[in-house]
Amino acid sequence: MGTKRHFRVWRGDESGGDIQDYDVEVNEGEVVLDIIHRLQATQTPDLACRWNCKAGKCGSCSVEINGKPRLGCMTRMSTFEEDETVTITPLRTFPVIRDLVTDVSFNYEKARETPAFAPPAGVAPGQYRMQQIDVERSQEFRKCIECFLCQNTCHVVRDHEENKEAFSGPRYFIRAAELDMHPLDARDDRKQYAQASQGLGYCNITKCCTEVCPEHIKITDNAIIPMKERVVDRRYDPLVWLGRKIFRRDELESESMAPSVSTGVTGAGDATPFSSARLAEPPPVRDDGKMDVTEVTLPVQGGPSPFGDQEFPLPLDQISYHKPESRD
Amino acid sequence: MTTTATRPGVGPSGPQRSRAAITAKTLRTDRWWLAPLITFIGLGAWVTYATVRVFMHKWYFVEEFHYLTPFYSPCLTDRCVEGSSLFGTPLPSFWLIPEASFTLPFLLLFRLTCYYYRKAYYRAFWLSPPACAVPDGHEKYSGETRFPLIFQNAHRYAFYAAMIISLINTWDAIIAFRSGDGGFGFGLGNVILVGNVVMLWAYTLSCHSCRHITGGRLKHFSKHPVRYRVWTFVSKLNVRHMQLAWITLGTLALTDFYVMALSAGWFSDLRFIG
Ligand code: SF4
Ligand code: SF4
Ligand code: FES
Ligand code: FES
Repeated sequence: MGTKRHFRVWRGDESGGDIQDYDVEVNEGEVVLDIIHRLQATQTPDLACRWNCKAGKCGSCSVEINGKPRLGCMTRMSTFEEDETVTITPLRTFPVIRDLVTDVSFNYEKARETPAFAPPAGVAPGQYRMQQIDVERSQEFRKCIECFLCQNTCHVVRDHEENKEAFSGPRYFIRAAELDMHPLDARDDRKQYAQASQGLGYCNITKCCTEVCPEHIKITDNAIIPMKERVVDRRYDPLVWLGRKIFRRDELESESMAPSVSTGVTGAGDATPFSSARLAEPPPVRDDGKMDVTEVTLPVQGGPSPFGDQEFPLPLDQISYHKPESRD
Repeated sequence: MTTTATRPGVGPSGPQRSRAAITAKTLRTDRWWLAPLITFIGLGAWVTYATVRVFMHKWYFVEEFHYLTPFYSPCLTDRCVEGSSLFGTPLPSFWLIPEASFTLPFLLLFRLTCYYYRKAYYRAFWLSPPACAVPDGHEKYSGETRFPLIFQNAHRYAFYAAMIISLINTWDAIIAFRSGDGGFGFGLGNVILVGNVVMLWAYTLSCHSCRHITGGRLKHFSKHPVRYRVWTFVSKLNVRHMQLAWITLGTLALTDFYVMALSAGWFSDLRFIG
């Protein structure tokens, strides 16, 4: 049998908001995301939150729990005292959309700017061969689930909004390191890129990204510091530096790797205006004012849709996202 | 994670959207201030002790057993006690000049630019940030992109110097196996000196720059099997770099204190042989 516990949840949108108090039932074995769902089901049907897998693998449910950036689905309620108040707030570093949902596009923009994997000339896909010991360092970074907790915690952008332009953040330092250490990546200027375009020098290796990473990637020790050392090889070695001053190679180097300028979705989809033609409708509510939680008791199959009965695919003028051009 | 298509009007090109209005500076409820506080007290106390000792100019050498404290090695001023200087005495005796003037600045630089100590003092002394998800204590921030912090990148050169100094310390520990009459001797002081040197080597070799130089900079480990093994070894030590940083502070202070106590005659060395 569960107990009632006290929760504080931030409610609001970009125009403002505040932390509100709730008492919610907690059962054995539950995680914070379960409590958010119970809140939605019992008291606040309009509470916005983002989630997908409930298994710590999709990286959607990032929130701040008692001030610490964490995954809602991987934070067990048993880690709190029975009488402890649990405060749940949205990620601070990114603009809020509503309640616990933030707009993380900053990260996708930085991702697009990072030049992609560049295989060596003359090797066709399917002919890539590499040895395990050569690729194992890069593999650690492939565990990233893009929860952006590290990006959110990093004080360089969390406390200094103005640095967002110059600083890509730990998630993209591990990307740069992954490719620079990759046995088949043919670019050799990723260190210059990290230093000149990603703002590697802003990082003061205080390791908060490592502390919050739910995948336990050693971001600072295995990616950032090695990248800083690689930059030293190229840039701060006194002999190399002197040579560059004498032969004026500075300009050449900075041109060699410009950030990618991909614009993302283009074509017909690009012209689709933002549409909120359909207003959200709440799911059916029972006589006692509460919602059904299981589909067994629902009149239709599948989970209750917050949009009510729905036919798919949606008509084109009613979707609220870009539909990329079809490729065939 | 699944990607969403970019909505128009959002992002740096579109209108600025605002962050959630949360008034509390931090909502952390744990004792996040404890770790920086301990670091602050620990480093502060150690630096104070070391400064006092370095400018004390006495009680650094036990002639009988040839124990020399690492804070005075190698002893280079005219003031050096008979037998304590292995490299001559090129420096004058002026109170501001430490006996080990050629090594201490490099050791200081080595520890100051060390990736672990950087983390420790940026958090505990500079409050940038004091703890994760606790606001930075400063209005503006440019990290290590400008003067003077851009010189943190010189760590590698301080590492080379520290390797040489570790060799000198090793030699100090070896020649200390001596009894009062000049033959072989072995006492508690030797255990402390050797323990300190072993820890100093472990700390120096676990350095991130060392990890990079020995193998980290390679793209293909498979082409350099020997360097790969060295890198693997250094990486194992490197995981403990923080612990080693604190342990060596402890062993350095202990070694120095023990030598000081013997030299001042507060107690005498526990001898096993000779
Ligand atoms: S170690 Fe660097 S990238 Fe990671 S949180 Fe700290 S400042 Fe940001
Ligand atoms: S590196 Fe870790 S914290 Fe950062 S986005 Fe990836 S999984 Fe999340
Ligand atoms: S819901 Fe997927 S990581 Fe939490
Ligand atoms: S000594 Fe700490 S990183 Fe080099």
